[in-house]
Amino acid sequence: MKTGKVPQQLVVLGCIAAVVVIGFFTMRALLIPKSFGKYGHYRADAIEDVRALPISYAGVSACAECHDEVVKKKATGFHRNVSCEVCHGPAANHIEDPTAIKPPAPRLREGCPLCHNYNPSRPTGFPQIITVQHNPGKPCMTCHNPHDPVPPVTPKECSACHRSIWNQKSVSHHAPLECTTCHTVPKEHFKNPRLNVVGKPTNNEFRGKCHSKDGQPGKELLDLSKVAPKIEMLHAGRYRCWDCHYPHSPEGRQ
Amino acid sequence: MDQVISALDPFTGFIYPNEYHLQWELLIVLYPYLTGLVAGAFILASLERVFQVKALLPVYRLALLSALAFLMVAPLPLMSHLGHPERALEMLATPHTTSAMAMFGFVYAWYLMVVLLVEIWFDYRADIVHLSNSTKGVFKYVYKVLTLGATDVSPKALDFDDKAGKLITIIGIPSAFMLHGYVGFIFGSIKANPWWSSVLMPIVFLFSAIVSGMAAVLLIYMVTCMIRWKPIDMSCVNKLSEFLIYAMLVDFTLEFLDFIHRLYESEESIHILGQLIADRLFLSLVILQVLIGGLLPLFGLVMGRFGKLPDELRRMVYFISCVLIQVGIFSMRWNVVIGGQMFSKSLRGLTVYKVHMLGFEGLFAAIGFLILPLIILTVLVKLLPPWVDKHSEKAAA
Amino acid sequence: MISEKEKNQNSEENVSEKTESKKGFGRREFLDAFLKAIPAGMTLLTFGSWNNKLHAQTPDDTKTSRPPTDENNYAMAVDISKCIGCGRCANACKLENHVPIGPHTMRTWVERYVIPSEGEVVVDSPNGGIDGFPDQQLDAHILRTFYVPKLCNHCANPPCVQVCPVGATFQTKDGVVLVDEKYCVGCRYCIQACPYGARYMHPEKNVADKCTFCYHRISKGMLPACVEVCPTQARVFGDLKKRSSPIHHFLRFNPIRTLKPELNTRPKVFYANADQEVR
Repeated sequence: MKTGKVPQQLVVLGCIAAVVVIGFFTMRALLIPKSFGKYGHYRADAIEDVRALPISYAGVSACAECHDEVVKKKATGFHRNVSCEVCHGPAANHIEDPTAIKPPAPRLREGCPLCHNYNPSRPTGFPQIITVQHNPGKPCMTCHNPHDPVPPVTPKECSACHRSIWNQKSVSHHAPLECTTCHTVPKEHFKNPRLNVVGKPTNNEFRGKCHSKDGQPGKELLDLSKVAPKIEMLHAGRYRCWDCHYPHSPEGRQ
Repeated sequence: MDQVISALDPFTGFIYPNEYHLQWELLIVLYPYLTGLVAGAFILASLERVFQVKALLPVYRLALLSALAFLMVAPLPLMSHLGHPERALEMLATPHTTSAMAMFGFVYAWYLMVVLLVEIWFDYRADIVHLSNSTKGVFKYVYKVLTLGATDVSPKALDFDDKAGKLITIIGIPSAFMLHGYVGFIFGSIKANPWWSSVLMPIVFLFSAIVSGMAAVLLIYMVTCMIRWKPIDMSCVNKLSEFLIYAMLVDFTLEFLDFIHRLYESEESIHILGQLIADRLFLSLVILQVLIGGLLPLFGLVMGRFGKLPDELRRMVYFISCVLIQVGIFSMRWNVVIGGQMFSKSLRGLTVYKVHMLGFEGLFAAIGFLILPLIILTVLVKLLPPWVDKHSEKAAA
Repeated sequence: MISEKEKNQNSEENVSEKTESKKGFGRREFLDAFLKAIPAGMTLLTFGSWNNKLHAQTPDDTKTSRPPTDENNYAMAVDISKCIGCGRCANACKLENHVPIGPHTMRTWVERYVIPSEGEVVVDSPNGGIDGFPDQQLDAHILRTFYVPKLCNHCANPPCVQVCPVGATFQTKDGVVLVDEKYCVGCRYCIQACPYGARYMHPEKNVADKCTFCYHRISKGMLPACVEVCPTQARVFGDLKKRSSPIHHFLRFNPIRTLKPELNTRPKVFYANADQEVR
């Protein structure tokens, strides 16, 4: 190597390396898509590809264009926030061709139970029925207009919306009590339940009516209160009764 | 009994809906296994070349050729598991710099072309030139092409070959570390997966790679000696198993450290990982990886190396130990890749994995990918004989 | 979110339509009969506004469509206490985005959590909640139970984008994580990297697939399909950069948490009233 001549091996390898490097950059130049890197390390055209996907759900405002009567009716009812396409299915193609393509209108009992069948995991206050017991076989529409689903009779039973609590209460020692024994229910609660919540007992004296030795329960509770377990009013200390005992199932596992 | 119950009730607890299908299957188990063999075999070769462990000379060239054979197959399981193999070159065209996987193409290309091929070429060049003159027929032309036109065999040129080869081996050691440490990083950097996410992952992968690669070369050497009816060089085998013991001890320590660390930190995921080991990985982790593939061969090697055994028995012990090590390291890859996908990221449930038989990702394809490097190695060995007994004049030099 | 030009067009056409309906075409039956009678050209004229909105995908329109900018940052919020577990969101997602039918390819799904007073939390999501949730027989006393809708969190620091080797999944400037299905190699590294199980392998296209926040809808000013159909408004969609967006109201008035915050993915799906067991 001292001769100043580059060894044969290096020349050969250098040539091959040059070919490989040139080949690599040619390959890159050919392979990189045009729009790659415009906004970041991705194909900018991919955004347009995604944007260009077809739409299936037209949206409630599209329905309102023609079906304004229904939308108007719905706007004041309990289903005001339920989009038309929840029940009628995706309807973009109906808007493209309103005469030929009609969205389905469920008229039997198939759709409603998806939301209204009783399931304890649903938030309390959500109206639920036990589908197999609730007028079995009858289409829901015979009694309820899905666009303005007011029950034919305002349900007196609180269980219509609060079944989880009602279920729990009905197997507890408080089963004979009415909900209204403890709760005051404003009339408006039936129309707009979230804004007009029911009243709850606020102090221990309330419970003292049944559960203290010298309590003064109302007439209708006179018999029941005789079998109610009695405690001293000081029993609670600075706590309120429901800090420890769940009133809907008051065994209170200590 | 647990295994039976879990077989009857394959899914326990809750898994996210999209976790039902395992994404990385048997082929991705093969991939770290094969690259591990490459890295291990190369590091073994470098022991002779750089660290002058002359006892290992009989396996030096064999180790290089094995590394090449495994390296040529290593990307194939990756390619065939892709959803769109035809787009694979995108990894070279638009590699994403933040992606551990994107660097694979470059690490691989570097290792294959700059390290392994060039090293082998420098090492064999004089032989190739010699063979191109002495052979006839097609092989003559094959060798002529392999010389790449560099036919200078003057002592000065041979001296340059030797120096260049040594330099490349020195470059090659960190490259081999990178190749396999990086495979560990692919898994270790996934923070979403508590079974994988560990800083120790790259180094655990690296040392298990060294173990598996050394054991593989030892196996290949013993088998080739048997096929060729040549005596096994006991000093070489003894030295090799000595290094194997050291590597295994480091590997075992690291894996144990990882285990202890997880157990002691006892993070949110410990509960489900405990279930994973007890329920799903008991056979492949506790039995195969640790006992049969770890402690047993370690005991065997220590006995073989330091015990007073007759050579015949010693060879047998080495052979069985090396086979068990392969089982153990393969199980380790399995436990990482498959185990990491057998629990839900909700940390609430375990899923199952059934090996498919047919198809690109099936068992037969995997077996094919395991046999293929051996076929390539046979061709390479025929083309570029690595046997030292034929080149005693080189060994003397 | 509708571009100003489009808005004006819409309102103009709306006016013309309203005047028409005042003339007596308001009733559906009437309109149907009328539409049957008039030639197709007339139909197009009447429904010009909706065609305009729905057919933005014609090449001419997409060329002029605005590229995403960082003036928007889309996000979603979910109020657990409002979710009734009807699964309409998961259903609508499948229909809107042609997600492969089946329980193991979900862009969005609903989980049911049942927390007993003692023992393990029970979670399930049969077919993503699309067919409703069957009754559960649990021996233990139930403390709390609720539904949790899940979807891609469109993380501000998305691990899936970080690991994609080729740049086939990316975050748009307006904060949505998308997959380029023409460029994805199908290595599934992103699926492994997602802590939320939000990605799956598309069985026919052989590429990774996931929720897009209905990017094709939101870039036309519409709501994502799941938000559109949610009957209880448990899902809220909006733009974090717009003070008037409903998501601002939501974030102001609700106790918020995100999923797996310890991973620093900075999710942009915000959960209100979510239990600590949700993960």
